[in-house]
Amino acid sequence: MALELRKLSLSYPGAGDSALDVLVDINLKIGTGTFVSLIGPSGCGKSSICNLIAGVEKSAQGQILLDGRSILGLPGQVGYMPQKDLLLPWRTLLDNVALGNDIRREDKRESRENARRWLNRFGLGKFTEHYPHQLSGGMRQRGALLRTFLFGQNTLILDEPFGALDALTRREMQEWLLNVWSQSSPTVVFITHDIEEAILLSDEIVVLSRRPAHILERITIPFSRPRKPDILFSSEVLVVKKRLLDLLR
Amino acid sequence: MSVRSRRLQKKWRDGIPTLIFLFLCLAVWQISVDFFKLPLWLMPSPAAVIKAFWRTRELLWSHTLTTIWETTTGFVLSIALSLVAGLAMVLSPMAKRLFYPMLIVSQTVPLIAVAPLLILWLGYGLLPKILTVVIVCFFPITVSLIEGLEVSDNDLLNLLKSMGASRWQMLYMIRWPNALPSFFAGLKIAATYSVMGAVIGEWLGASSGLGVYLTRSSHSFRTDQVFAAIVAITLLSLFYFVLITGIRRLALPWLNTKQE
Repeated sequence: MALELRKLSLSYPGAGDSALDVLVDINLKIGTGTFVSLIGPSGCGKSSICNLIAGVEKSAQGQILLDGRSILGLPGQVGYMPQKDLLLPWRTLLDNVALGNDIRREDKRESRENARRWLNRFGLGKFTEHYPHQLSGGMRQRGALLRTFLFGQNTLILDEPFGALDALTRREMQEWLLNVWSQSSPTVVFITHDIEEAILLSDEIVVLSRRPAHILERITIPFSRPRKPDILFSSEVLVVKKRLLDLLR
Repeated sequence: MSVRSRRLQKKWRDGIPTLIFLFLCLAVWQISVDFFKLPLWLMPSPAAVIKAFWRTRELLWSHTLTTIWETTTGFVLSIALSLVAGLAMVLSPMAKRLFYPMLIVSQTVPLIAVAPLLILWLGYGLLPKILTVVIVCFFPITVSLIEGLEVSDNDLLNLLKSMGASRWQMLYMIRWPNALPSFFAGLKIAATYSVMGAVIGEWLGASSGLGVYLTRSSHSFRTDQVFAAIVAITLLSLFYFVLITGIRRLALPWLNTKQE
């Protein structure tokens, strides 16, 4: 078992005695190399789960285990990517992608070589020396994803990474992400609002309830890989889609 | 033709109306002085100012050197002090609570009241002039530095935190580069005021410097020389401004590249 959430609960102290419950008893096992999407109503606490796994937030009950090791409140264990690309404006694309290596104080030349290899392999080789503001939204997002891949290595938490992109770029990015993922197949926890995106990308979809969030259902997506966007028109997908829409209603 | 040289050419073209306007103003000034036959001690013409500038060039230069020395020392000292004070106030909220209000109050005390005291306490040497420069420059540099260091984008800090960055790494990877544009804006303001700070110090008592040249010329009704001193002070201030702008270009390469 790679990533495991055990009885994870989170509540914020509210005014007076009332506390705001965000997560209630979340139990989830995610196998190594699995692509899992979390889907749920807005504001249900999906991002809180991300923040907890990423170690940015730590005030929760329960446990988060990565390969059996507790990582609750321990940052730097997984690759975390929020919705905004958050590339540093004063770093070139190359230096942005190698940010994690710098934080781990790794050898500069080696990390830059490695980053350059990845950028070349995934179609950004021409833009290594460009600053973020010189790149398109899609390219920035790719850069941010590669940075997350290089940092997280085996476990990635992607919090609505394509939420801010237009529909066409989004579809392009989904295929690109599948391509990158297939090269090293890390464990991925993917947050999204987009049902089709979840179906296209994941091995399993976890549906969360309204706040306080608990797991409503886990749906396995049976299609083989590599997947083509055409599968979205098949009748099996329509059944899954209908089920998801009913659950989210 | 390269993009760079084309951009340079455009810059020159954009500057032409400014130059023409400046020339027109000087012409109106020259013609008015000639037409109304204004005496030299009341209002010198541009030509007379240039003549005075050229005639006293050696004297003017030796005074300018003193002022450059005071301004540069005071300016560098202000930057060093601002770095220490700014970092302390950003890293420790307590330090900010203690010193920030004092910083603002200190800026409201009129320089013209403090400068004579400095001369009273420290004599007629260079030190009180350097201190007046520091008093003038320290505030804009420190305030702009603090503003820049207090990163408003919490997501950026959160990202670094999720990657396990230390406080120190967050400071030099995020806060410091984020502060640079604002820091340089402060430096530009300080640069334009710095020469004035030194001149005010000299004005109140010194043996050398543009302020001394100014008082002596003024006392002997050499108004053309007063204007020549004004020109020298302006040129010197511009020199510091251009210097800072140049350093900014080198230090902030990500702001010089245009969107393609």
